[in-house]
Amino acid sequence: MITFDNVNKRYASGQDALVRISLEIPRGDMVFLTGHSGAGKSTLLRLLTAIERPTKGSILVAGQNLNRLRNSQIPYYRRNLGIVFQNHQLLFDRSVFDNIALPLAVAGCSKREVGRRVRAALDKVGLLQKEKENPITLSGGEQQRVGIARAVVNKPAILVADEPTGNLDPQLSQEIMQLFRDFNAVGVTVLVASHDLELIARMRRRVLTLQAGQLIYDGVPSREAHPV
Amino acid sequence: MKHTQSRVRRPASSGPEKRSRSSGAVAARTGIGDRWQAWIDHHRHVARESLHRFLATPMASAMTALVIAIALALPAALQLGLANFQRAVAGWDGQPQISVFLHKDARAAVVESFATKLRGDPAIAEVTYISSEEALAEFEQASGLGDLLVGLDANPLPAVLLLRPRDTGNSEKMQALVENLRDHALSDSVVLDLAWVQRLTQLTELGQRLSAGLALLLALGVILVVVNTIRLHIESRREEILVVKLVGGTNAFVRRPFLYSGLCYGAFGGLLAWCLLLGAVLLLSGPISSLSSSYGSSYTLAGPGISYFTGLIGGAALLGLLGAWLAASRHLRAIEPS
Repeated sequence: MITFDNVNKRYASGQDALVRISLEIPRGDMVFLTGHSGAGKSTLLRLLTAIERPTKGSILVAGQNLNRLRNSQIPYYRRNLGIVFQNHQLLFDRSVFDNIALPLAVAGCSKREVGRRVRAALDKVGLLQKEKENPITLSGGEQQRVGIARAVVNKPAILVADEPTGNLDPQLSQEIMQLFRDFNAVGVTVLVASHDLELIARMRRRVLTLQAGQLIYDGVPSREAHPV
Repeated sequence: MKHTQSRVRRPASSGPEKRSRSSGAVAARTGIGDRWQAWIDHHRHVARESLHRFLATPMASAMTALVIAIALALPAALQLGLANFQRAVAGWDGQPQISVFLHKDARAAVVESFATKLRGDPAIAEVTYISSEEALAEFEQASGLGDLLVGLDANPLPAVLLLRPRDTGNSEKMQALVENLRDHALSDSVVLDLAWVQRLTQLTELGQRLSAGLALLLALGVILVVVNTIRLHIESRREEILVVKLVGGTNAFVRRPFLYSGLCYGAFGGLLAWCLLLGAVLLLSGPISSLSSSYGSSYTLAGPGISYFTGLIGGAALLGLLGAWLAASRHLRAIEPS
């Protein structure tokens, strides 16, 4: 589903953010991406979401080569991704419902369809009764779940999350991770960047570890000896 | 963990979703018809929202609209003034006329034969002879200065032949006719009474060009005002633009609300401009009709009609749209997720 082939990313400053990254994430997999801050996690996600382009190497997502993606095609590519951000990126000038409906409005969904899908997404994250509220009135965990509902409302094939539990306590983090696991269970390919090693270890899923822009670990860690 | 499951339902347990998912994750597709309807709906929604945004900050919006209105009202007023001026002078006899002033010592019989000869000329439509006595009588009557002439021992006015050329459109022919008449032994001087008509048309032409130039310049001003206003709008909605781009919003989608905002500013500016024009005409029409009635004319000022209404609003809306387009294509590109 996601293939990185010898991907390099060098910023204009001359700093190598990613060095010769090659990896393969099969369809329906759930993978954690970890490493210290500055290790290249964010850069990898930025390449995957077509915010930036690799300096060298190629990235294939669902058979599509991102290097060949024209700027005008990027929006359509992103509609196949669900993106969850650490700081939720919710808009506080509109209701929870309208926040979640945004990807559908962008994709050109009929009003009836929007209502149906938004409620389905809200139901999945357990916030059905909060659709009319402004997200600013919700707790951090609830806001993150609204962010997740927005990411999955368009039924994306791939769900990408950047530090989704960064600001949450262990209990809420566990709930959020459970949600990702649930989406993965129905076939969504999930990639979660996180530095919460404790939580990752408990998930017993494949882990990719980056250090100084290089992939130093790729495997399923045992509880006793997880990397780094 | 139990606590979690009670609050967070798993997608796997929601019946119909499961079936559609059975073949694995596939991005949702939307039909063409649905998309078209959604596109129309989105336009409608965005148009409404832009109007709401415009009305939500009435003072700021009114200021911008007023700037646009003043910029548009100036050339429109000039244009309207010109149209009114042309209407006012349309009643005047614009027919060119040639006055042949005859030598004072020309004998009546010779003058008579000259007039007869001119009447036979195909280039001349009409010949009127005014003797020096008639001219004097007319002068006394028209000027009210008859007493002045009593002091003179001789009639100072010459006899005149007033000619109306047939082919008034051809100024070269007319000029040739004048030259001919000037060469005649009887004529003292010949005046082609054309200059004022020409001057009038030239003046009107000048006015037209001035108003067109002014309109062009001020239209540019309107566009710049809208560009600046929309730029501020874009800045204030930066967050939203970023999110929309991240969830797959195309440039057209992101641009749309701003285009409608530009349209709003333009249309309201045009409406205000028309109102300003109407106000000015109402203010001036009283004095102008009393002025013209003092000249014995029933002339009244024509107001900005439906053509000005549609022209101003439509034109201004287009200018607003253009300004918004310029602002959006310039500034939206700079807002990319990072």
